[in-house]
Amino acid sequence: MPVSSSSGFRPGQWLERRIPVLVVSPLFALSLFFVYGFILWTAYISFTRSGVMPVYDFDGLAQYERLWSTPRWYVAIRNLFVFSGLFIAISMAIGILLAILLDQRVRGEGLIRTIYLYPMALSFIVTGTVWKWILNPGLGIERLMREAGFESFRFDWLIDGDRAIYTLVIAGVWQSSGYAMALFLAGLRSVDDEVLKAAAIDGAGPWRTYTGIVLPILRPVFLSTVIILAHLAIKSFDLVVALTGGGPGYATDMPATFMYAFAFQRSELGVAAASATMMLATIVAIIVPYLYSELRQTGR
Amino acid sequence: MTNFTKLMAAGAVACLPLGSPALADGTVEVLHWWTSGGEAKALGELKSAFEAQDGTWTDSPIAGGGGDAAMTALRARVVAGNPPTAVQLKGPGIQEWAEQGALNDVQHVATDEHWDDVLPPVLAEIMKYDGKYVAAPVNIHRVDWMWGNPDLLEQAGVTQMPTTWDAFNAAADKLMAAGITPLAHGGQPWQDATLFEDVVLGVGGADFYRSALVDLDAAALRSDTMVASFDQLRKLRGYVDPNFSGRDWNLATAMVMRGEAAFQIMGDWAKGEFLAAGKVPGEDFTCTPTPGNGFVLNADSFTFFKVSGEPNLRGQQVLASLIMSPDFQKAFNLAKGSIPARTDVPLDDFDICAQRSHEDLLKATENGTLVPSMAHEMAVPRSVRGEFLDLVTEFFNSDMSSQDAVNRLADAAARAM
Repeated sequence: MPVSSSSGFRPGQWLERRIPVLVVSPLFALSLFFVYGFILWTAYISFTRSGVMPVYDFDGLAQYERLWSTPRWYVAIRNLFVFSGLFIAISMAIGILLAILLDQRVRGEGLIRTIYLYPMALSFIVTGTVWKWILNPGLGIERLMREAGFESFRFDWLIDGDRAIYTLVIAGVWQSSGYAMALFLAGLRSVDDEVLKAAAIDGAGPWRTYTGIVLPILRPVFLSTVIILAHLAIKSFDLVVALTGGGPGYATDMPATFMYAFAFQRSELGVAAASATMMLATIVAIIVPYLYSELRQTGR
Repeated sequence: MTNFTKLMAAGAVACLPLGSPALADGTVEVLHWWTSGGEAKALGELKSAFEAQDGTWTDSPIAGGGGDAAMTALRARVVAGNPPTAVQLKGPGIQEWAEQGALNDVQHVATDEHWDDVLPPVLAEIMKYDGKYVAAPVNIHRVDWMWGNPDLLEQAGVTQMPTTWDAFNAAADKLMAAGITPLAHGGQPWQDATLFEDVVLGVGGADFYRSALVDLDAAALRSDTMVASFDQLRKLRGYVDPNFSGRDWNLATAMVMRGEAAFQIMGDWAKGEFLAAGKVPGEDFTCTPTPGNGFVLNADSFTFFKVSGEPNLRGQQVLASLIMSPDFQKAFNLAKGSIPARTDVPLDDFDICAQRSHEDLLKATENGTLVPSMAHEMAVPRSVRGEFLDLVTEFFNSDMSSQDAVNRLADAAARAM
């Protein structure tokens, strides 16, 4: 029972003031433990010699040395940058283009918008499986073209170790550019008509209007689109598993699939924890400056 | 926890005079990932044999990821202090768990039943930790099989089955000239590694295989013989059709069956695919060992975890004894397509490929040419195997030179040790 020495204490008021804290605290405690607790646990495991089972004797940076001398890790890191860069850039470019075209008050806009947005409703597993069939030289486009009479047609990126990573970009862009379009379209619609009319009166053509006025106004939309697409790219695990299985060889390995392979297939918890910690560090390095600048702006 | 198990044990003893059959011959919980067709049927043999002795069998199948999901579950249960009685676990994985102190031994069953006399010594060694049996093998798979389509071979004029890799290359060139894909292969890391280890055995012989892929001797890994092995693997890459990437092994088997390719190099689980399609060994398909006069061994086994309490312990002993009983070994392997791990089980009811496998096994044991499979987790820890698979599969899918591959193989072994 709460006891208070202050004469003005009333239980009802105390409860009223505390109730939000009381309601939120179990959730807070759970996420503190299960998210941040296990981040710390993983970080600690990365400094031990854990193999099939976790061990808790401190072992210094051995697992990181091991990680950074593994060729497969470099492939995973390079793939992450190639994939994220192309995926974000192309999705946004297509998204903006579609949004601008749709913004010209075309007929049947609702239908077209739905069609472009529809891939987003599929899971990456479905996208990956379908594109695996389309891109397989023996089943998909290559065979179709050859049967149509183009005997020398070649499109075998899926089984080419140097190009397979681009097939992931193709499937990812197909899935996500409609979503980018929707975000930009919402942004375009929020641009004040008065501004556009003023531009028209000043004699600005459509190119000038978009590059000089509309796109700068959309800056916050760009930022949120980048953040959403970037986290899709960094999380991309299911798309890789479904489309290429990390292959040919391990040519399309990503840090997430690398970590899974080491933790669950090879009984190397230590190396897996080290790679997870490196991924976290990468994300923190990207997100913290962004959060800092955002918070500073809103705190103004 | 201990009080609870004591209570359970006391309860079990108390039940005995009342003649409760459920606890009379122990309880087991078996964690495994044999959930598909022939495998599930094979395991069903063990379950019914155990229940015929009035035991209580709890089935814990955890499918997915070729056992990865089951291993994750196992880890969680061992950490929680509640391990299953027996787990489908093989090779050096057994040693890894034994080093954690997580296993029970079944040595006195093994001594009573003379396991040492009936198991090939190479296999017995893998089942033991500290000189005591902690696991029991259910079967032996041979990895170095070459499955052939006799019609295609005849068509291309290949009359003799190749017994050296040079002869294989000559036969493959003839097939290529006749417009036939020589080798059906699926481009998955473990399949690439299966080719690789069969090549190493054929090029370097059993002693070289052992020092390179089992003992991880740096000199052997960097030797010219290993360079020659990679050269041969590069040749095999040229005999594969262009769409091999990511293909499952059973689809490659189907290519041989349908006459789209002449050979497949794969373990004897491929035989199950032929038989399931109603093909007759020796007529519709041929089985020949890959060059090298050796025997690459892969065996499934059940490993006994540290359970406590009278019914569990007794169940564990009964299970160990049952797994090694000749009747079960025969029934299980007829269903699964492998051969018994016990070498004294008559193979009259088995097909000619299995009989050949058994003969060669005895011969290889005698000559010291029986080697454990690297690709199938029998020879080296999973960490080393993983590094080897990465390298072999990268070599197979790129234009890396054999010399680079050898250097990187040795580096990988050193890194993962």
